[in-house]
Amino acid sequence: MSEKGMFGVQGSGDTSGFGGLVNANINIGSTQRPFGGYFDQVADDLERAYPLFSDAIEKVVVDRGELTLFIKRDRLFDVAKILRDQLKFEMCMGVSGVHYPEESGRELHAVYSLLSITRNQKIRLEVCVSDKDSHLPSLVEVWAGLNWHERETFDMFGIIFDNHPGLTRILMPDDWPGHPQRKDYPLGGIDVEYKGAVVPPPSDRREYR
Amino acid sequence: MTQDPYASARETTEGTVYSVTGGDWDSVVTEIGATKEERVVVNMGPQHPSTHGVLRLILELEGETVTETRCGIGYLHTGIEKNTEFRNWTQGVTFVTRMDYLSPIFNETAYCLGVEKLLGITNDVTERATVIRVMMMEFNRISSHMVALGTGALELGALSPMIFAFREREKVLDIFEMISGLRMNMAYVRPGGLAQDLPKEALGKIRETIKDLRHNFKDNEKLLIGNSIWIKRTQGIGYLDLAGCTTLGITGPVLRATGLPWDLRKAQPYCGYENYQFDIPTTDTCDVYGRFLIRMQELEQSLRIIEQCVVKLEKLEGEPVMVADKKIAWPSQLSVGGDGMGNSLNHIREIMGESMEALIHHFKLVTEGFRVPVGQVYTAIESPRGELGVHLVSDGGTRPYRVHFRDPSFNNLQATAAMCEGGQISDVIAAVASLDPVMGGVDR
Repeated sequence: MSEKGMFGVQGSGDTSGFGGLVNANINIGSTQRPFGGYFDQVADDLERAYPLFSDAIEKVVVDRGELTLFIKRDRLFDVAKILRDQLKFEMCMGVSGVHYPEESGRELHAVYSLLSITRNQKIRLEVCVSDKDSHLPSLVEVWAGLNWHERETFDMFGIIFDNHPGLTRILMPDDWPGHPQRKDYPLGGIDVEYKGAVVPPPSDRREYR
Repeated sequence: MTQDPYASARETTEGTVYSVTGGDWDSVVTEIGATKEERVVVNMGPQHPSTHGVLRLILELEGETVTETRCGIGYLHTGIEKNTEFRNWTQGVTFVTRMDYLSPIFNETAYCLGVEKLLGITNDVTERATVIRVMMMEFNRISSHMVALGTGALELGALSPMIFAFREREKVLDIFEMISGLRMNMAYVRPGGLAQDLPKEALGKIRETIKDLRHNFKDNEKLLIGNSIWIKRTQGIGYLDLAGCTTLGITGPVLRATGLPWDLRKAQPYCGYENYQFDIPTTDTCDVYGRFLIRMQELEQSLRIIEQCVVKLEKLEGEPVMVADKKIAWPSQLSVGGDGMGNSLNHIREIMGESMEALIHHFKLVTEGFRVPVGQVYTAIESPRGELGVHLVSDGGTRPYRVHFRDPSFNNLQATAAMCEGGQISDVIAAVASLDPVMGGVDR
């Protein structure tokens, strides 16, 4: 008999809600026009202001009353600039990453939420990059407030924002190995040391599945 | 060089490094005065009392003028976003309430609005639950602004406002304790509604508290508004105009101090804020004094909203505070006991002694939780510090796939450099205090 973990837990039950099934697809597909609400207006305005619109947009998703524009990486900077200057999306509320290890070639998603005070509207941009080539153009030049948000996304997901004025870790220590918010990064993982005593990390004390 | 236990010095390749931890500064000042170098880099924090928690400010000084400012953050990073991915959706509330610890109800509400939007039950949340949420949020806004004003004044050397502010905050925390059993980090708002209904004596106590607060707010107004020392320390300090705010993504009182009445409660109402009468105070000074005035006036507006909530709650007496769908509603009925909030004894009797099905249902929902359909949402509410956004992604399971908080403190702290560079070192304190950063929210 072998003992594992601190409290002798030998595998807790599966509480993931899938009951052992594998969830293959967590994409919700794309939406066709009409998008409804002010979303058509935003799409029209963008199409008018940006001739390469159809080339820049991978797909449009309208879900739960929110508009998401999936933008190709190479066009992201141009689209962002036009959204700010011509469509009056003055503010970018930040960028957040999501890691989908199952989507090969598009593992890392960067999600930007934009706000227009002039139009009183909100939209979302999503850009997908692969794990191996996780480069995105930095939008700090367009919205200076993205500086720390991009640093956080780099810190947590390892997305590299090219031309960022100083892309360093922001929340984790400078010499931290790995990017904690990725799905392959375990919870816990490191020993907790305090005054010489070492407590094993939470991931060794109990299994979370 | 004499060895001062509080201010030791050591040589490095960059120059002499002094560690100052308190006590007598004279020896450091004398020594620095003896060097020819005018440029000094000061690390303020992460344990400095004027930095609102563990914020580290790196200041480059020429004499007393700040030429460059950078913030070092991350000292309070607790990995809450990662942790929520390993717990069910309801347990997430207990985590997120600990992010920005001065506005727990806002964290909970923003998160729950997001979960409800993912579930598609936004319109099923009962009116009573929504009104109580609004009331709790506005009380929370008061307690949060009280800390902002009190500690802000304290850091500029005014002690009495802090005493008054914490006295008022205590009254609000008493209300929280009566309603939720806890003074902070209540986990009171749950996906689908609330942990429990108001206790019987709540409305009477709230009415009394409103009266007390309104009367007591005057103390701080008398102390600070128009006070010539206060004005000298705050007027024209920490300047940031509308263009600066929009490009830096700054919201909340700092944005409203530029004259723009942008408040999500009015602009993009949630929780039925369109049904309340209240004003958005603004100033056009773009400085610390303007932000201070806005916070003062928002206190009164919050009281107005709470009064309207009380009137609504009288009419909604007896309505449930949780959605009717038993597949989502947390089965455990809670009650406040002598030692805080816990399971109600009636509920325990039912599941342990009377109904096998109730026990199974309770067990399934508490250990596993409910499934949330695939998708992502971004919900934003107006917290005391600005737009608090929550980005939630679900993969269809019982746990969040990704929870991200766009915390206003995190974003707003970026303005430190724009506000402080070129000013005096003493004004850095005023500028940072006017941003009202809460490090729990910044680092998460």
